[in-house]
Amino acid sequence: MTLGIFLQHLLNAMQWGSFYALIALGYTMVYGVLLLINFAHGDIFMVGAYIGFFIATFLLGLGAGTALALPSWVILALTILGSMILTAGVGVTIERVAYRPLRERGANRLYLVITALMIGLFLEYLNLSTLGAADRGFPELIPTQVYTVGGVSFTNIKLIVIGLSVVVMIGLEMFLRRTKIGIAMRAISYDKVAVPLMGVPVNTIIAATFVIGSSLAALAGIMYGSAYHVLSFDMGILIGWKAFIAAVVGGIGEIRGAMVGGFLLGFIEIFVVALGQVPGFEWLSSTYRDLVSFTILLVILTIRPTGIFGVARRQKI
Amino acid sequence: MLLEVKDLRVNYGNIEALHGISFSVDEGEIVTLIGANGAGKSTTLMTISRQIPHVAELGGKVIGGSIIYQGEDLLQYEPHQVVSKFGISQVPEGRRIFGNLSVLENLMLATYARKDKAQVRKDLKRVFEIFPRLEERKHQRGETLSGGEQQMLAVGRALMTRGRLMLLDEPSMGLAPVLVRDIFETLKEINAQGTTILLVEQNANMALKLAHRGYVLETGNIVLEGTAAELAANPEVKKAYLGG
Ligand SMILES: Nc1ncnc2c1ncn2[C@@H]1O[C@H](COP(=O)(O)OP(=O)(O)OP(=O)(O)O)[C@@H](O)[C@H]1O
Ligand SMILES: [Mg+2]
Repeated sequence: MTLGIFLQHLLNAMQWGSFYALIALGYTMVYGVLLLINFAHGDIFMVGAYIGFFIATFLLGLGAGTALALPSWVILALTILGSMILTAGVGVTIERVAYRPLRERGANRLYLVITALMIGLFLEYLNLSTLGAADRGFPELIPTQVYTVGGVSFTNIKLIVIGLSVVVMIGLEMFLRRTKIGIAMRAISYDKVAVPLMGVPVNTIIAATFVIGSSLAALAGIMYGSAYHVLSFDMGILIGWKAFIAAVVGGIGEIRGAMVGGFLLGFIEIFVVALGQVPGFEWLSSTYRDLVSFTILLVILTIRPTGIFGVARRQKI
Repeated sequence: MLLEVKDLRVNYGNIEALHGISFSVDEGEIVTLIGANGAGKSTTLMTISRQIPHVAELGGKVIGGSIIYQGEDLLQYEPHQVVSKFGISQVPEGRRIFGNLSVLENLMLATYARKDKAQVRKDLKRVFEIFPRLEERKHQRGETLSGGEQQMLAVGRALMTRGRLMLLDEPSMGLAPVLVRDIFETLKEINAQGTTILLVEQNANMALKLAHRGYVLETGNIVLEGTAAELAANPEVKKAYLGG
């Protein structure tokens, strides 16, 4: 593998890692405040991609072909912003309608997880029945450009995906350190009972967690659509499961764990496939990709059952 | 009267933990609620703070009575409003500081509902004056503090909410006698500076020395009340709670 090819794989890995990490953050943040594995989260990613698709299609249609047509970067920005806001609304609504009533009645966590699974299926089949089984083509919001630097070629989309993800993650980390809402989110994950005694409205903090998690998934959905252009009702299932596993490997409940776990999974997947192109490793076809990468993750979990950043938590009442 | 609890009844499932208790706290007082294990002391404080029934994990329900604070029934409000709207803070049993947050973050979280930034800074300075140890350790994670330091942080946190009424649940638990004396000394100062205190204790000896008035709670009923001196002289109290 030459350095050029290595760098190319590295960029691919970072792009996939960005998708996984952004989705994994939603899993881990909700787990942090509710100890709930929100299995509907992969489908929130799908919802975000579809909402982005409809906003983009609508905006592209506005004054198309005339001088009134919006510049492409405006469409991209509005699509991202609009989808993040609307998807956040979907996430908060699910919390409010499906999870909160159960929580307030002190239902066993198992019921919450089952409810989350059902919400996921509900979103998938709502999509299937209203929009049909045909895949949608996500429009090209900004024209793809291919750059070649020293034998490494990459697209502007890839750079935007990686750059935006990194910026968003740094922003999130700062939000959690510096703002009262962020500190409250971390406090809830440690001791939920003591938080209201600080004058903190717990339901507001939980809603804020769903806002952030869902809007990050929407961002990932639009980036995914921009990079691969194909949307389907079940697009969130496998990527959601993988992001969840990435969150667990990183240490569920730990923000940095989700980021590191997401990128780690991206790297493993891309480099397993890349290795298959090296002479002597041809047997490692891409069909082995998931098998090999999950084996690696299983080994990591066996060595560190709490994940890379996770600490064994004392059972809290 | 600042706080008046009337006929309060609380259930855990089918078990009634408080059988209609009534007591009151006047502005500026230190009132203590003493009682043995399982008497219902924590249940009382958690109910005033509205954790019961709002925090499902605690599993309790209010089935009767009222908690009148400045003329309003607290039973109509949510837990965070008890702190932010009424200024009732609580130092919970077992301290419950946030071990994953720094000392400073613990203190700042308690100002969540406050907008008076300048006063927050002054209050932080005051907390650090009262507990210099907390200032030395302000960037340390809460879980790395010793038990006594954690108790200081729990009291500091309650001060940062700037409550008018502070509820304390066994602040002496697990502390060396010297530290208990320090904490009680601090409570006296805090009270002298205008904070009303409702103190729950098993350590009746210390509590009755500090308090103006007290109530004795026994398996969900208030069985005695009086000034601290009266209670300390009462033969039954002596026998049951003062070790002779
Ligand atoms: N979650 C619960 N479920 C069932 N019963 C409970 C629960 N919490 C408390 N109780 C019961 O309610 C009664 C009062 O408990 P509470 O914690 O208020 O006592 P306490 O006076 O604070 O005791 P201690 O001094 O040991 O802290 C006890 O009999 C206890 O067993
Ligand atoms: Mg107690």
